[in-house]
Amino acid sequence: MPDTFPTSGAHTRMGSNSGQPMTRRDGLAKVTGTATYAADNRPEGVLHAVYAMSSEARGQVTSLNVAAALAHPGVVHVMTPENRPPLARDPDSKPGGMALRTEALQDNSVRYVGQPIALVVAQTLEAATEGAALLSPTYAVEPARIGFDGGEAFETDSTGFGSPPTVNVGDIEAGRAAGTHHFDATYETPLQYHNAMEPHAIVAEWDGDHLTIDTPNQAIVMARGAFADYFDIPAENVVLRSPYLGGGFGSKALPIGPQLLTILAARELQRPVKLALRRDQMFGPVMHRGATRQRLRLDMDETGQLTAIDHHTTATTSSFDTFIEGASAASRNTYASPAIATSHSGVRVDTGTPGAMRAPGEATGSAALECAVDEAAEVMGLDPLEFRLRNYAETDPQTGKAFSSKALRECYALGAKSFGWENRPLAPRQMRDAQGHLVGWGMGTALFAAHMNKAEARAVLRADGSAMIATAGADMGQGAWTALAQIAADGLGLGIDQVEFRSGDSTLPNGGVAGGSGHTATAGSALFAAGEGVIRKLADLATEDPESPLFGAGNAGVVARDGRLHRADDDSRSQSYSEILRNAGVEELEGKGEGARDPGHAEARAMFSHGAVFAEVKVDPELGQVRVTRLIGAFAAGRIINPHLARSQLLGGMIWGLGFALMEEGIHDKRTGRPVNGDLAGYHVPVNADVPMVEALMVHEDDDFVNPLGVKGVGELGITGSVGAIANAVWHATGVRPRSFPIHLETLIG
Amino acid sequence: MTLSISLIVNGEQKDIALEDPRATLLDVLRDRVGLTGTKKGCDRGQCGACTVLVDGRRINSCLALAASQDGAEVTTIEGLATGDDLHPLQAAFIEADGFQCGYCTPGQIMSALGLIREGLADNDPERIREGMSGNICRCAAYQGITEAVIKGHKAMTDTGESQI
Repeated sequence: MPDTFPTSGAHTRMGSNSGQPMTRRDGLAKVTGTATYAADNRPEGVLHAVYAMSSEARGQVTSLNVAAALAHPGVVHVMTPENRPPLARDPDSKPGGMALRTEALQDNSVRYVGQPIALVVAQTLEAATEGAALLSPTYAVEPARIGFDGGEAFETDSTGFGSPPTVNVGDIEAGRAAGTHHFDATYETPLQYHNAMEPHAIVAEWDGDHLTIDTPNQAIVMARGAFADYFDIPAENVVLRSPYLGGGFGSKALPIGPQLLTILAARELQRPVKLALRRDQMFGPVMHRGATRQRLRLDMDETGQLTAIDHHTTATTSSFDTFIEGASAASRNTYASPAIATSHSGVRVDTGTPGAMRAPGEATGSAALECAVDEAAEVMGLDPLEFRLRNYAETDPQTGKAFSSKALRECYALGAKSFGWENRPLAPRQMRDAQGHLVGWGMGTALFAAHMNKAEARAVLRADGSAMIATAGADMGQGAWTALAQIAADGLGLGIDQVEFRSGDSTLPNGGVAGGSGHTATAGSALFAAGEGVIRKLADLATEDPESPLFGAGNAGVVARDGRLHRADDDSRSQSYSEILRNAGVEELEGKGEGARDPGHAEARAMFSHGAVFAEVKVDPELGQVRVTRLIGAFAAGRIINPHLARSQLLGGMIWGLGFALMEEGIHDKRTGRPVNGDLAGYHVPVNADVPMVEALMVHEDDDFVNPLGVKGVGELGITGSVGAIANAVWHATGVRPRSFPIHLETLIG
Repeated sequence: MTLSISLIVNGEQKDIALEDPRATLLDVLRDRVGLTGTKKGCDRGQCGACTVLVDGRRINSCLALAASQDGAEVTTIEGLATGDDLHPLQAAFIEADGFQCGYCTPGQIMSALGLIREGLADNDPERIREGMSGNICRCAAYQGITEAVIKGHKAMTDTGESQI
């Protein structure tokens, strides 16, 4: 087995830039340490803030020794519920759409461990840290409610940010009755914390009623509006700068209490104030993935065709807000079945509110579904791939619509061939390596919706034939600085070096949300359209100019390429952009574009990215220790703008799947509600030595429906399928079916 | 009480009056010397984002009190490139896509340099993975990181730079 695989080469070019495996345009800044993350900003006179966090999960703060904190040298301000200035928007309000309640010292109550209970501002970070410690809070403590059986169960009217909790297809009872073979099991997944390497940070500075904030954000213009609402100023008075995010994974879109308090402090003190969360503060107010308990009931006829899928999820949320991990949704679109029932309920526990964490719903749902499907294949005595193929969804099981594109069959074939799946023994515990370790092979199907949101872009072609093009996009590592610039250059018919791409700043047109794996599709579509707008105007100038070689080409049309317009019917007749502008006496041309899903296409087609993940694990038969030795995925996600970066995204997602399967688990003490492993020593994520051989192969896919670019998304796809593949490989190695994540070694021995 | 310390940072002497003896080397580098390339990921030695070389060896600068480093020679990510010429490791990290968000990258590169200088990289992916496992990359660019260390090491060996 080679140690690394070459990158798959089959990619279609779109224009001269898209489709090329360019290295990151922000690479130079990132390897030299000059990329400026929020906390790297050091405005003149900046003060340092630290928030004191609750050590109790529920109750009231009864005292804070503010005098002691203020007496500490260097401390200049202590903000508590007593003196916290008013906010124009109630932090407990939810104005609809993407919003969650947050904790900004609105009262003395405590809702979870890690909640802000005061903000200390000082001349130095050391003094602010000491000042926060000197507050020595006392509490009236109420018992913490932790875990599925510790909290209050409730029926939910939504999952995620307002999705329907219940979707049923066909007659589930009839489907169940039609089955000759039945499977019923319950799976559990734990709380997981995003833990981006960059803790949330903000530097806030006021100038009159104008606010400038440096803070990492995945939805820059949306967040600007939310911040403006809290401070009762027009949105255009807020400048939010977020050129680089040190990872986001869903946790850096919504304003959180500590940011609001820092902005308030900056206004009170009329000084810039910086706050960076400590790592232990990343286990409280910045969202997480709620725990799930998922019951899967699958019914099959004698040929192994599913006759019913019933997927019910109970997910944890906080005591004061509702975000339910929509795990059952995974069963709506993956496998064909005449009857599908999916539903959700909630349990309120004393943690922070969960939120979107990489593949929210899909990651947890796919983990359980892919395990269940594998177990069902065993019930039928079928190879797991064969079972999946027998239940291949030719149309969307939820809506009956045709898929906009679906090369999953090709993904299965490519992945299986690359992995060597055909040599897999059907029964478990059949393979050992030279050291006597049990070897197992498993697989899972990857699926993620091809979302789009809405974005805008603006392009300006300059007299010298170069262009500026802008959208407030967000690069949290997925490669927006590069992939969006590639698309933008193609829209303008220019080489990428002729294009100045501006992004990451709220003064630019709305770049939409870097979330739901839809940023390249959405912001990319807006940029491409803005470029096209410029080219249309340019073509009008040229084709109406009797001196131009393009004169009269209006009907035949022109093609923009490498800074020149060519007649569509005679490529030899062309003119440079700069010459067209000069002859027309025009200094510059502006184009605007929007990116959004075509409603007609959305109505007509179901749109998903797909993939197949194959895993090999080795398990120490004495110790139960699991090592993933190979992880190979094959993915079809529409047109790939940059295969170099898309591969990295997919690999990252797959390794998140590895962490999900074997490591990640936010444990809260049942008596106190305190995180037991609230740091990176205790909350395990994969490190380099955990990742020996992983490869993401790409299957070409044309899609005329998702958007004119044919782009789906790859950011979250990799985590789906991977968790199940690893768990199923663990079963194949050991004969033990993991039904609780992460897979603990003690469940594999005995 | 003010403590006066002196650091050689990327070859330049920095005389620093420490008003607060609690300041870590990491915070002094970022807030006093003004070199913000070195990142704070956990502030307790668990993630490696703050890795710098002190007297040629890699350390977590968040776990070192600045006051205890008086006289030390410190190399940070800002000290690797020569003008516009990237250090071979920096170039290799770009080429192999050994990062995504980039936040852990300065620490990864400094750790890789330390590993190579310690003679522990040995051009062996398995040893590199082990030796780089003190540096967490949440984006999980690990395959690119390993490839970058191999490539960078090779380039350094070719130019004799990997010798201490």
